Amino acid sequence: MENNKRLNLSNAQLKWENGFKRVLIAMSALLVLVIVGVLATLIVESLPSIKSLGIGFLWGKVWDPVSNVYGAYPFLVGTLLTSFIALIISIPFSYAIAIYLGEYNPKGWLSDLLKNTIELIAAVPSIIYGFWGLFVLVPIIRTFELKIHVAPYGIGVFTSSLILTIMIIPYAASLGITLIRMVPSPLKEGAYALGATRWEVIRRVIMPYTRSGLFAGVLLSLGRALGETMAVTMLIGNTSAIASTFKDVIFGPGNTMASVIANEFTEADHTQYLSALIELGLVLFLVTVVINLIGKRIITRFTNN
Amino acid sequence: MIFKGVIVFFAFLMTVPLIIILVYIIKQGIFQVNWHFLTGVPAPVGEPGGGIANALLGSFLMVLMAAVVAIPVGMAAGIYLSENPKTKLAYYSGLCVDILQGVPSIVVGIVVYFWIVKPLGTFSAISGSIALAIMMLPIVIRSTEQTLKLLPDSLKEAALSLGVPYHRVIMKVIIPCGFAGILSGITLSVARVIGETAPLLFTAFGNPYLSASITKPMESLPHLIFTYATSPYDDWHNLAWGASFILLMFVLLLNIITKLLTRKWKVQL
Repeated sequence: MENNKRLNLSNAQLKWENGFKRVLIAMSALLVLVIVGVLATLIVESLPSIKSLGIGFLWGKVWDPVSNVYGAYPFLVGTLLTSFIALIISIPFSYAIAIYLGEYNPKGWLSDLLKNTIELIAAVPSIIYGFWGLFVLVPIIRTFELKIHVAPYGIGVFTSSLILTIMIIPYAASLGITLIRMVPSPLKEGAYALGATRWEVIRRVIMPYTRSGLFAGVLLSLGRALGETMAVTMLIGNTSAIASTFKDVIFGPGNTMASVIANEFTEADHTQYLSALIELGLVLFLVTVVINLIGKRIITRFTNN
Repeated sequence: MIFKGVIVFFAFLMTVPLIIILVYIIKQGIFQVNWHFLTGVPAPVGEPGGGIANALLGSFLMVLMAAVVAIPVGMAAGIYLSENPKTKLAYYSGLCVDILQGVPSIVVGIVVYFWIVKPLGTFSAISGSIALAIMMLPIVIRSTEQTLKLLPDSLKEAALSLGVPYHRVIMKVIIPCGFAGILSGITLSVARVIGETAPLLFTAFGNPYLSASITKPMESLPHLIFTYATSPYDDWHNLAWGASFILLMFVLLLNIITKLLTRKWKVQL
């Protein structure tokens, strides 16, 4: 305030000045308010379910809205299975892309082209992945399932995981590229001077140096996979029953937390049902938030060092 | 050598599914598109033809309204974060941006349902826009913040030393200098939300008729694709392929614009 007076600002200008600063503060505060509001809404609306079902909700094996029985276990299994299968398949790809574009070929048109393609994968809307998967991937999977002698549903956990794999690779890959390029060149040059081969430099210098960062990228991919809704909803088959055999669990239809919300939210006709669905949303929210924050924290620590 | 081969193989194998998907969508969709397709509303089952004008209008209106809300709020918050990085509020809002970036879009849909749809008693375009605006915010904020941090301090100091008031320094010097970077964040956020379906399921819902009323349910491109793709009719599938083609073209175009803008400004989004 003192400074402003010394600059001989007129009253009108001063008003503008303070108003502007207040708007900036208000908008940042609004952001905090949105997050607090999201959390509060989810908790308040899922209270009926939390009160009546308690923590047992999470491992209740039966989800049967008609007889008012709600258990989240089938969806937890479905969500974790699809996400982790997708994660495991995606890791070799995202690491390969990160190493290739970070170390082998960081410049030039070929690397630009590949990098843009990776970014494009992230840009395609998930509904289009789901639609394509439904009409192209499902028949392929069905033939594959006939060959390995499991029930040829076509749709199911495995199909969803494959589509998820494609969708989450860019997240780990593009972060990996940045991190691998940040490895100090004296470290690499030192190793080369000692007679290390490229493979040895990558394994003994680059990988250990970037390990935590690459792990953070995988976490971000996981967060993305857990919350992915549309593509999975279209491909997973939406069954709330748990299959009895291991093969059927992997290849048969299932349901994830996000897909059951997408399918049943507008159909939920009584409070108990609705609030059970919202509790699923609350669990999903908390899990993805924690995973994302851990990932971000690791990245911040990595880039500051 | 072998190792390099494996790396190159895996790295390039990833582009195969994308190319297959793009080619397939274009092949299926491009022949659906004609004047009638762009100006008509969906036909009932069994009738030939039909268009997606309702979804085009709906997507346009909802994204526009979302942008009108998200851009000023996001830019203001971004300016605050880059100007006062050390304050407590900046720490918490930075944290909230990180959280917001990771929130599953379906959760945003649920929350906006309770904030707007339930009090109003009906699904509405305005609630869809709010949901999309929430999805846009983190990208706009981060791009504003990153761009402004890249500008040299001397720029601001020079303007301040000439006696220019703070708000004018920001509005007339800092923002114009970082305009391309901020704009790239805006185009990227539009590209992101134009394909979002999950937040619209419980908010804008969908509408088979042409409607411009913001307090009524409204159709959008991704929601139309979802409804028609999961229907059992071939006519409707064709409509959905056409709509997917249009949506894909929008997204590609917006991403190319973003690329061109960020190439000039080394902004990392």
